[in-house]
Amino acid sequence: MAAPFAWIRAEPHGIHVVPADCWIDPSLPVPNALVTHGHSDHARGGHGRTVATPETLAIMELRYQTREGAMPVQYGETIRLPGGVDATFVPAGHVLGSAQIVLDHAGERVVVTGDYKRRPDPTCPPFEAVPCDVFVTEATFGLPVFRHPPIEREIGKLRDALRREPDRCVLVGAYALGKAQRLIAELRRAGHHDAIFLHGALERMCRLYEAFGVDLGELRLVADARREELRGATVICPPSALNDRWSRRLPDPITAMASGWMRVRQRARQRNVELPLIISDHADWDELTATIEEVDPAESWITHGREEALLRWCQLHKRRARALALVGYEDEDD
Amino acid sequence: MERFAALLDALVYTRGRNAKLALIADYLRTTPDPDRGWALAALTDALDFPAVKSSTIRNLLTERVDPLLFALSRDFVGDTAETASLLWPQASDDAMPPPSLSEAVGLLQGMTRASVMSELPRLLDRLDADGRYALFKLATGGLRVGVSARLAKTAFAQGFGVPVEEVEEYWHALVPPYAELFAWGAHGAPPPDTGELPLFRPFMLAHPLEDAVLDLEDYVAEWKWDGIRVQIAHAGGETRLYSRTGDDVTGSFPEMAEALGFPAVLDGELLVRGTHQGGEVGGAASFNALQQRLGRKTVSTRMLADYPAFVRLYDVLILEGEDVRELPWTERRARLEALMPRLPAERFDLSPVVEADHFEHLAEIRAGARDEAIEGLMLKRKDSAYVAGRKTGLWYKWKRDPLLVDCVLMYAQRGSGKRSSFYSDYTFGCWDGDPDEGAELLPVGKAYFGFTDEELKQLDRYVRSHTVNRFGPVRETDRGVVFEVAFDSVHASRRHKSGLAMRFPRISRIRWDKPAHEADRIETLRALVRD
Ligand SMILES: [Zn+2]
Ligand SMILES: [Zn+2]
Repeated sequence: MAAPFAWIRAEPHGIHVVPADCWIDPSLPVPNALVTHGHSDHARGGHGRTVATPETLAIMELRYQTREGAMPVQYGETIRLPGGVDATFVPAGHVLGSAQIVLDHAGERVVVTGDYKRRPDPTCPPFEAVPCDVFVTEATFGLPVFRHPPIEREIGKLRDALRREPDRCVLVGAYALGKAQRLIAELRRAGHHDAIFLHGALERMCRLYEAFGVDLGELRLVADARREELRGATVICPPSALNDRWSRRLPDPITAMASGWMRVRQRARQRNVELPLIISDHADWDELTATIEEVDPAESWITHGREEALLRWCQLHKRRARALALVGYEDEDD
Repeated sequence: MERFAALLDALVYTRGRNAKLALIADYLRTTPDPDRGWALAALTDALDFPAVKSSTIRNLLTERVDPLLFALSRDFVGDTAETASLLWPQASDDAMPPPSLSEAVGLLQGMTRASVMSELPRLLDRLDADGRYALFKLATGGLRVGVSARLAKTAFAQGFGVPVEEVEEYWHALVPPYAELFAWGAHGAPPPDTGELPLFRPFMLAHPLEDAVLDLEDYVAEWKWDGIRVQIAHAGGETRLYSRTGDDVTGSFPEMAEALGFPAVLDGELLVRGTHQGGEVGGAASFNALQQRLGRKTVSTRMLADYPAFVRLYDVLILEGEDVRELPWTERRARLEALMPRLPAERFDLSPVVEADHFEHLAEIRAGARDEAIEGLMLKRKDSAYVAGRKTGLWYKWKRDPLLVDCVLMYAQRGSGKRSSFYSDYTFGCWDGDPDEGAELLPVGKAYFGFTDEELKQLDRYVRSHTVNRFGPVRETDRGVVFEVAFDSVHASRRHKSGLAMRFPRISRIRWDKPAHEADRIETLRALVRD
């Protein structure tokens, strides 16, 4: 009998499902790819065949302008891969279409989370914990200093700023896929029904969310608005545009940024942010550790972030763990 | 405590001076006593809790958090207090409610080295992460929110609509939480008594002369010495030395503390002995020499011998209990001259009046004074009282013309606040030889003002389209623009690769017309050093 889990290997540019010759979130073009979600460091173009949720495939089509080789699979649906490997896509709660990939082979089960979070998100179904033998977990916020506050508190901070400064606008830097739409949806949930203004780079992704049934309320483009209309309004742009010349057209903006990194004051100051909003689409430290306890794997493989601290936690809690050295993943502007 | 924590955080993220002022003023207006008084004390670094050290915070954490996890977190966050505030285990819901700021101050004051390790945790358990951060900063001092004592006092004045000079004056008579100050500012009670203490009195300041011509019948001229303006006060058997901002600098100049032995408040320029200013033996050394003495907590005998300090007197405010500030300058001057024999000559001399027949004559004297009176001239109205602050028409400063040098723009960095979308901070250099024979530019200074908004836009466009390298927020530009840089003086400095440091450099003109290879060389600048 083969050694345990010998059928799945962590290689520098992705996780290799050997019997199926299939790669999960590969950072190089491969013949067969399984993609957890649409963020660009997970969903690269150029693969022969791409298996992903319909939402993720639509996001990839928006980015790469092609549907070639797309193979949609619904949440909860199991597909049989070559070599006797079953793959099931289970919600990860990270962004629209994000999935964990559950792999069953020879009586062993491996779960690859991709990116995930445990907080409710009006734009995607919640994470489902799947007990398994090997749990391949992300660790973007894998330091015990990261405990995300309730999102209601952060939305409250934004709305307070709008109320306090009716002649200015609040300009929020938010990641174009996921964060921007969740922010809008949470503002709506909190009773904010005014038009929200967008930087042009966010429009298509918002329309895609709407096409998948996520209600974002009235959205307008900054380019179509008069300066006066922007006073007292919320404006959302990609983080890269925050301090850009583009922002000069806005009426004295209060610079905000929606990101888990905003927990750390120095990070917020580096970005010239006046109003840091601690909003993250990743699990925080308490959620990362609680999830490992919940799925109770024989082994945890840690990737994609601050592996060292989570590895230490596993060691302190007598859990088998290893850090994977995958390349090509960035700290998302999250 | 929550309000104080929110104020600190808002100050951390707010860059503009006016915005900071508004935040503090609003806090002081809307927060009850005595919390606002303690907050004001914390902002001006007037509190000390000897039982709490930054090592206390580390020790508390290592008792509760795995050392490796603490180290990894500390590396990422970059600040021990912040790391600790985030790592502190969240207490159960039945913890006591968060303390008010004054309760927290009271508890901190009650802690001893022996009790701090058990009492501080109980206080931390009552706070959330932001509250814990504020508590650590409060307890260990040094809030680092970019608020000077002067800014805090200005905010008080703005918040309650009272003159900042009066705030300054009463301030020093009081201790935290400044109950009488708030009673006066917020509720119109009579001002606090500034009686028998060696207190700071706000300085009388000058306006730049600009293009005015003054009648020397009405005005008297004095040299403006290039040291630091100080006030030396003696009362109740104690002497204190104050800087222009009202900071007590007595500790750095112990020889001055012993030099005044009768009740008086005097205004003058703090200098170090040397032969540069005034030329004659027993004159003053350059500002660079004085800098050796600034900001030191302890002063060695060697320092005292090598750089002996003295004060060159300009004025007298209070003498033997009599407040003479209402008297005209001529009468105060007479009293000052009369009291000179009572002062030790090695610690005090008198700033002489500069005699001139008429204004043009004075202009000539000033033009010839490069080596002598480093900064320029002061013109004081003879019948003017000693009035706090800057009152038009009474005192003028007539700085000698700045030095000029042509430099080449080398690096540009994004500004902050309203300028954060502009490349507005410029580093410029001079040639270290003949540029036509392969000489390099060496950075000689940095400036971020002196240009108009329109010029800023032009420069910003220039930087963006002529970038040759990027380092984070900094762009290196091609060597295509020449700045005419104005500065007050230049000194030898080991901190800069060029070996030179300018004082008060600013962009005086952008020389779009001038080719870069015609900019000045390092030798030109070096020849202007007067150390
Ligand atoms: Zn992601
Ligand atoms: Zn990711």
